[in-house]
Amino acid sequence: MSSPHDTTGTTTEATPPTPAARRAALPEPHGRRWNGLGWGFLVKLAIMAVINAFGLLGIVAAYRAESWVILAVAVLLLVAADIVYFTKRALPLKYLLPGLAFLLIFQVFIFAYTAYIAFTNYGAGHVGTQEQAVQAALIQGERLVEDSERYPLSVIERGGEYGLAINDDGDIRAGSAEQPLEVVGETSDSGAPAEVPGWTVLSVNQILSLQSEITALRVPVSDDPNDGSLRTRDGSTGTIYVSTMAWDEQAQTITDSTTGTVYHATDAGTFTSEDGESLPAGWMVHVGFDNFQRLFTDSSLVEPLALVTVWTFAWAFLSVAVPFAIGLVLAIIFNDERLRGRKVLRTLFILPYAFPAFMSALLWRGMFNSEFGVINDVFFGGANIDWLGDPWLARFAVLFVNVWLTFPYFFLVCTGAIQALPADALEAAEIDGAGRFRQLRSIILPLVLVATAPLLISSFAFSFNNFTIIYMFNSGGPAIPGAPYTLGYTDILISAIWDISGINGGKADYGLASALSIMVFIVVAVISTIAFRQTKKLEEYQ
Amino acid sequence: MRKMGIGIAALASATLLLAGCSGSSTPESTESGDAIDASGVTLTIWTDANRKPAIEAAAKTFEEETGGKIELVQKNFEDIRNDFINQVPTGNGPDITVGAHDFLGSFVEAGVIDTVDLGDAADQLEQVAIDAFTYDGQVYGFPYALESIALIQNTDLVGEDAPATWDDMIAKGVASGAERPFVINTALETGDAYTMYGFQTSFGAPVFVQDASGSYTSEVGMGGDAGNAFAAWLGANGQTGTGYISTTVDYDINNELFASGKAAYTVQGPWAIEALTAQGVNIKVNPIPSAGGETAAPFVGVQGFYVSSQSKNALVAQQFLTHYLATDEAQQALYDADPRLPAWKPVAEKVAADPVVAGFLASSAAGVPQPSIPEMGSVWDLWNAAQVQIIKGADPASTWTKMVSDVQAAIG
Repeated sequence: MSSPHDTTGTTTEATPPTPAARRAALPEPHGRRWNGLGWGFLVKLAIMAVINAFGLLGIVAAYRAESWVILAVAVLLLVAADIVYFTKRALPLKYLLPGLAFLLIFQVFIFAYTAYIAFTNYGAGHVGTQEQAVQAALIQGERLVEDSERYPLSVIERGGEYGLAINDDGDIRAGSAEQPLEVVGETSDSGAPAEVPGWTVLSVNQILSLQSEITALRVPVSDDPNDGSLRTRDGSTGTIYVSTMAWDEQAQTITDSTTGTVYHATDAGTFTSEDGESLPAGWMVHVGFDNFQRLFTDSSLVEPLALVTVWTFAWAFLSVAVPFAIGLVLAIIFNDERLRGRKVLRTLFILPYAFPAFMSALLWRGMFNSEFGVINDVFFGGANIDWLGDPWLARFAVLFVNVWLTFPYFFLVCTGAIQALPADALEAAEIDGAGRFRQLRSIILPLVLVATAPLLISSFAFSFNNFTIIYMFNSGGPAIPGAPYTLGYTDILISAIWDISGINGGKADYGLASALSIMVFIVVAVISTIAFRQTKKLEEYQ
Repeated sequence: MRKMGIGIAALASATLLLAGCSGSSTPESTESGDAIDASGVTLTIWTDANRKPAIEAAAKTFEEETGGKIELVQKNFEDIRNDFINQVPTGNGPDITVGAHDFLGSFVEAGVIDTVDLGDAADQLEQVAIDAFTYDGQVYGFPYALESIALIQNTDLVGEDAPATWDDMIAKGVASGAERPFVINTALETGDAYTMYGFQTSFGAPVFVQDASGSYTSEVGMGGDAGNAFAAWLGANGQTGTGYISTTVDYDINNELFASGKAAYTVQGPWAIEALTAQGVNIKVNPIPSAGGETAAPFVGVQGFYVSSQSKNALVAQQFLTHYLATDEAQQALYDADPRLPAWKPVAEKVAADPVVAGFLASSAAGVPQPSIPEMGSVWDLWNAAQVQIIKGADPASTWTKMVSDVQAAIG
C-alpha cells in the first residue's frame, strides 16, 4: 500500500519497505494530528453540509420515484462520504472517494445499465411495463359511441364514492362506477347540473385534485355493458364510450369484444392472438442472449456488420498509424535547429488540431462534394470523382479527414518526446559512429515509442469509437445495398450502434444496439490490455 | 435529419381545406366553459423553438385565467419523437407535446399517448387534419397545421405559368438559359424519398396501398410495372442520364442554387421559402408537375399536439387544448410564430390571401397523407438508399425490385 503522504517524494522505489516499517519511519499523517477546530475543519463541515444536502435531495427524489436501486446506491455513497471524511482513518480514501464516486455514477452505472438493456427487447413497441401495455390497449380499445351527444356534466360525490351527473335535456341523470345512470331530478338550466339530489356536487378545485380518479371513472349508461359508459375528459362535458377490450389479469389475456379475438400475453412481450395478430403496444421483457445471437445469426445483419467490423479495425489502426508517422517525421524535421521559422511553422501545423472536429468534418464534406466541392474543382481540374458515393473513395476521404485532424496531436506529442531525449545517449551514439539513420532506428524511435505508446493505445481506442467524424462527415454512407438500419460502407461499429438504436428516426432497437455496444467494449478492452502488456516489454527494453 | 417530420393530409382533406378557405366564416368556437381554478397544477409541454412563443402566449392566458402553471420545455423537433416514447413510460414525460402526425404509429405502438376529445373544436378543424391524427378510428391529438411541398419556380426565368408535365418543365427550364433547369434535394448520398414522392406517385406507385377509406394498409404499393417505370425515369434523369437529379445536392446546396438564380425550378416546402428568396429572386408556388402521367401527389403532413397516456393532469391538459389552444388568437399566434398552412379554418381563410400560402394549399390539395403506420419506420432507409443507387446509375429495375422485397421482408 502506498501512502500519498510519502514525504520523500519518490514514487518508484525498487524495494519498498514493509508497510509497518515505513509507517514508523514517516511523520504522522496530518489527518491523525488533528487537534481541534480550525478553519480547515469549518470549510470541510460546510462542504460536507452541501454534499449531504444534495445527497438527501437525491435520496428523497429516488424514494419518490420508487427507484430502489438508485436509492440504495445514493444512501451508500452518502454514508460512505460521511464516514470517510469524518473519521481520522481511511486517509487514502479521502483522496480517492470523489473519483470513485464519479466512476461509479458515470462509468460503472452506465455500463451496467447498457448490459442490462442488452438482455431485453427494449425498442420500438416494447418501451414500458406490461401494465402500461394493458393500459394502452384499453385506451386504444375504448371507442366513442358514434351518435353520442355531449352532455354538460358535473362531478359528484356520495360518502367517498365519486360519480358523474349529466344534464340530459332537462333530466338530471347521475350514477357512479357501481350504479348505472338513473334520472334523479330535473333542471330548467341548460348547463351542468348545479345540484344533484342525494349527491354533493364537487367544485372545480376539488375535481382538479382528483384528476386521475375522475378521468378513470366510467359510469355505465345502463345494466347492459354494450350500451357503453359515460366518461369525462375535462370535468365539464360527458360523452358515452364503449370499451371493446377487456383485460383478464388472471388469465393474462385481453379480449376484443367486437370480434371475440383473445390476445394472450407472450414471453416476447406482446399480446398475440391464436392466428398471430398482435396488439400494437407491447412491453419490455428479458430475452436472454437473443440480441447477441441475432448479431451473429440474423442473415440480413451478419454481412453488413462483418463489413463494418473489418472497416472499424482498419479505420482505428490507420487513424493512429498514419497520423503518428506523419507527426513523427514532421517532429524530427522541425526539431532540426537549422530550420528557419520553426516556431511559426509549428504553430501553423497545430491549427487543424485547434479547430473543432465536427466543424472540420462538415467543411470537408462540402469540399469533397463531387460536383460543387473545391477538391474536384481545384485539384482534379473539375473531374467528376465521386468521393462520397464510392465505397473505397469514401473510406479514403473520411480517413484523410481524420488524418488531417489528428496528425498535429502526434506532432505535438512526438516533438515533446524528442526534445526530452537524453542528449548524452545521442552524443554517445554519434561518438560510436552511428549514422543519422542508425540513431533514428536504435535510439530515437524506441525512446519515442516508450513515451508515446500509451497515447497510441488510447488513440486507437478513441478512433475505434470516433463517432463525431464518421457522423458529421457522411453519416457512414454510402449505404450498403439492402442493409438494414442504413448501415453504410464507412460506418464504424459505434456509428452502426447509433443507426441501430433508431435515435435518428428509424425503428428503434435499443436492446440490439446495447448488445453491440457490449461487444465493442469487450473488443476495445481486450485490445487495450494486450497492447499495454506489449508496452511494458518496451519499457523493459529501455 | 428527415425534413419530413411533416405529415400527411389526404387528398380529400386538401379539397376540404380549400373549401374551408373560401367558405363562410364560422362562429366563434371556443365554448366559454367555466374558467377552472388550476392553481397548484403544473402542466408540462414540450415544444420546439419555433412554436415556443406561440404556445407561451396561450399558456399565459391559461395561467392568468386558472392560476395553473405551464412549464414549456424546449426540445429539438427531431428529438421529440424518441424522447417522448422513452420518457413517458418512466413517468418523466410531459403532459402534452407538439409533434407531427407521422409520429402517431410509433406513439400508438409504444402506448404513450391518450385519445383526445376535440369536442366543439372539431368543427373548426379541417377534416383532413383530424383524419391524420386518427389511428384505427380514434383521434389521438389536436391538429393545428398542414404542410406539403410544392414546385417553386423562379418567375424571372420561367414566368408564372405552372408547367403541365416534367418534360414541359424541363423544356421551359432549358429555354430560360438557367444553368440548371431543375434542382431537387437528395440529401447527398442519404436520399430523400420524401421530396421525390410527388414524382413517384405520378407513376401510380404509392409507398403503401390505401384502402377505400383512405387508411394505409401495410401492403407495399411501390412494386410492379408502375414502380419500375418510376425507377427507370429516376435512372434516366440521374447522374448517368440527363443529370437533372443528382446526389451531389443537399438541402443547402439546393436552396443556394435556386436562390442565386442558377436553377429555374425546385421542389421544396414552406420552411425553405426564406432561404430560397434570400437573394431576391421572385417565386411562384405551383403544384408539382406529373412525370408519369398521373397526378403528382406529394406527402401532406399535419402538425399537432399529443397528450401523454401517463399524464397525471389529463383533465387540465384536455382543457388547455380544447379551451386555450382552440381559439382564433392562439391559432393565429401559432401561424405567426411558425407559418405552416393552418388547419384551423378561420385562420386558414385569413392567410390564404398570401400567394405563397395559396400555392402550397393548392399543392397539398393534390397530396396524399404521409403514412403514419409504424411500418413506415422500416421503409425510409431502404427506400432512400435505393433511390440514391438508381440516381447514381445502378440498374433501375433490379435495384427497385430488390428494395421492394427488402421492405416487404422488413415489415414482415
